[in-house]
Amino acid sequence: MTAAPPATRLERGRIGELVRRLDGIPKTTGEFAYASDLQAAGMLWGHTLRSPHAHARIVALDIGPALALPGVHAVLTHEDVPGRKRYGLEFADQPVLAIDRVRYFGEPVALVAAEHPEQARRAAEAIRVAYEELQPVSDPELATEAEPLHPDRPTMGHGYLDDPRPNVVRHLVIRHGDPDAAGDVAVEGVYEVGSQDQAFLGPESGLAVPDGEGGVDIHVATQWLHVDRDQVAPCLGLRPEQVRIHLAGVGGAFGGREDLSMQIHGAMLALHANRPVKMVYSREESFVGHVHRHPAKLWFEHRATKAGRIVCVRARILVDGGAYASSSTAVISNAASFALGPYRADGALIEGTAVYTNNPPCGAMRGFGAVQTCFAAEAQMDRLADALAIDPVELRLLNALGPGDALPTGQVITGSLPTAEVIRRAAAIPVPEPEELPRDPLRLPGGAGNTTRGEGVRRGVGFAVGFKNLCYSEGFDDSCAARVVLRADGSAEVHCAATEVGQGVAGVMLQVARTELGTDDVVVAPHTTAAVGSAGSASASRLTWMVAGAVRDACRAALEERERRGGTEVDVERVYRHPRTWPLDPETGQITGERAHVALAVAAMRVVAEVDVDLGLTRVVWIGTAQDVGKAVNPQAVYGQIEGGTAQGLGLALMEEIQTRDGQILNASFTDYLIPTMLDMPPVVAELVEDPEPDAPYGVKGVGEPPTVVSTAAIVSALRDATGRPLTRVPVRPDDVCL
Amino acid sequence: MRVSLTVNGERCEADVWAGESLLFALRERLGLPGSKNACEQGECGSCSVLLDGSLVCACLVLAAQADGHDVVTVEGLAAGGRPHPVQEAFVAAGAVQCGFCTPGLVVAAVDLLARSPSPSDDEVREALSGNLCRCTGYQKILDAVRAAAT
Repeated sequence: MTAAPPATRLERGRIGELVRRLDGIPKTTGEFAYASDLQAAGMLWGHTLRSPHAHARIVALDIGPALALPGVHAVLTHEDVPGRKRYGLEFADQPVLAIDRVRYFGEPVALVAAEHPEQARRAAEAIRVAYEELQPVSDPELATEAEPLHPDRPTMGHGYLDDPRPNVVRHLVIRHGDPDAAGDVAVEGVYEVGSQDQAFLGPESGLAVPDGEGGVDIHVATQWLHVDRDQVAPCLGLRPEQVRIHLAGVGGAFGGREDLSMQIHGAMLALHANRPVKMVYSREESFVGHVHRHPAKLWFEHRATKAGRIVCVRARILVDGGAYASSSTAVISNAASFALGPYRADGALIEGTAVYTNNPPCGAMRGFGAVQTCFAAEAQMDRLADALAIDPVELRLLNALGPGDALPTGQVITGSLPTAEVIRRAAAIPVPEPEELPRDPLRLPGGAGNTTRGEGVRRGVGFAVGFKNLCYSEGFDDSCAARVVLRADGSAEVHCAATEVGQGVAGVMLQVARTELGTDDVVVAPHTTAAVGSAGSASASRLTWMVAGAVRDACRAALEERERRGGTEVDVERVYRHPRTWPLDPETGQITGERAHVALAVAAMRVVAEVDVDLGLTRVVWIGTAQDVGKAVNPQAVYGQIEGGTAQGLGLALMEEIQTRDGQILNASFTDYLIPTMLDMPPVVAELVEDPEPDAPYGVKGVGEPPTVVSTAAIVSALRDATGRPLTRVPVRPDDVCL
Repeated sequence: MRVSLTVNGERCEADVWAGESLLFALRERLGLPGSKNACEQGECGSCSVLLDGSLVCACLVLAAQADGHDVVTVEGLAAGGRPHPVQEAFVAAGAVQCGFCTPGLVVAAVDLLARSPSPSDDEVREALSGNLCRCTGYQKILDAVRAAAT
């Protein structure tokens, strides 16, 4: 069997140095083993039969015709789930396989294992399922008046405001200061954000291998090994140690691998057939096989004095969680917590609601609730600047949030938040001169598809600021374990179950270990649940911070232990925790302890865009950004996160949306769901603002999410400047910008 | 059915099902998983290979169509035990994150530079616009191709 990616060595590089990726060359030569590349002797191929309906009752299910086909070794339904029938990242509300009802298009109904993937596909098609279609709940605004999709209310009784309306996943209200304060000027707007797909290039894949003793090894592309195990084992009816999750090569994640995909299914097939089973989703299956960014509707009102001081913000936020809870409770909390943007306001009333529908389930995606509210809040800031006739950058500086100020939840900012500096730095980056016409059509809005000589091209410049929390919030007991083995010859081995998903966290482990141990001779062991405690998830811009803390502590403890033992080999594991957080009060949305969020990071962005107002075509010409990064552990990787995160925000601004009709996804392919290409992405000039975070090891901050939070808002700001249109919905469509 | 083809300079034979793509045959039958399976409908370029010297998506070519032809995959670019200069440039520029798109981009960049050794930025953007990358925002890929150009 092909092993997980090999343990790797660093050529050089301690914290703050520019270092080359450890897995770089193997990834360019094709040697690096991704989850979909794994092989094992006697391996079968698994396939999932999925619901063609968004909402239906299962009346009858006959697996007989599938079992009779050649090469088929297993056909399984919910009756074959050995343990718990339901699982979930935070609430176990999702059936492993549909029991008597399907709640979304693409919900897994049955599993097949066969010798050839085509045999498995055909056998799945041969399973006879009789459905009685039900009316889907597809409009989130009407969900709270519809029949309950989860009558047992899985998210009630968890310390949230228990809303009696049907289909409420979580409702929260944040009241701050005087929410009725009237200013001299008020601006209102209603905004919409479409559902975005993570669209990682490596589709969901994994290989499950029975261990011959009733347990199973699962090699999978995932974001959080231990929480996978803790969801998988109960459903298999196994003890946690009987399920070992090993990180296989991950082809991108962006939140879409936080929830389980093939883990339980592959293990069920492998244990049933007593053969290794590999599952690889097609692109179409990937679109229905993971959660998406929540589509949202947002109602905002900003009130300010004539001088531009914000006296009150009133916001109502509705996000569509789709059929199952996933992380919707945390997404709506983030959306509400950061609804104002990084600005002071004397008063605020923020109401956030996440609902169940029969639309595709939504959960984590880079930016996690803050993307949606940033788009609305920054549009409001531009409107307010316009109403007050104040320069938009000046208005933002005037209200910039910083240390000593309070968030609307009452949390006083005690750590780093250099909002004003980030705004000034971004605003000072020189903007390129307008480009002359005529020019190569490749450089016109719409590229080679533009059939004009550019007569309708108008240029606009936009600006936005975005911020977001780092690490998990609201009292979540978050930790990261690391194990360091110091050998007698002076070499060291670092074990940590943090998932390398492309962001470069394996390099962070080595940089920290080399810095602490003072040696170059360090290797990172494979990431697995079998050798070390949980590292937590590759999400929430938390992993660099948490891994740096855990590896640092384990290295220091190992050095002390070796000193005490007189130089023999030592093997030490340590668990790092960030400063504690507390839940929000369910009635007022105010903090119940010192803080609800661990720390914050901010980014500002200026964008030059062109619009062909005759054709409705757009081109982002240039982006300049400044980002608060705490301490850049590996500057090249930080720039890479900023550029890549910006591209995903550009996608949401201009082209990316999961289209649904009555809950059915209409564009589950890269032909119909477009993501930015090299022709769509402009040059990005990025400046790093290094203001160390006092609560973090080495002063680091997560860097992955702020560029995605801010870029959608900044790009649409530039399009508004070019067209004069309000542009209250993303992605912006051609007819929105035609004049 | 049995197909016979040259892959990375070596004669290979494989028993394939009539509907199998060249990509599947390379990955699952010939032990060459470097070409990636990101969309399998010719939209993302992750499975780019050279077929008789022409850049193609291996997912859109039947294994049977490659019978008797010459294929170069990402595994065949290194020479003399050293990575190809384009591969080195991708790593040095920071153009690799998750890396799933990288093999296809490397093959496409090698093809571009063989046709046009000193391409303009616009030429690079156009030539590589059929290769999707979700991690990098493409800037460091452009940097890498510039660095590998003469």
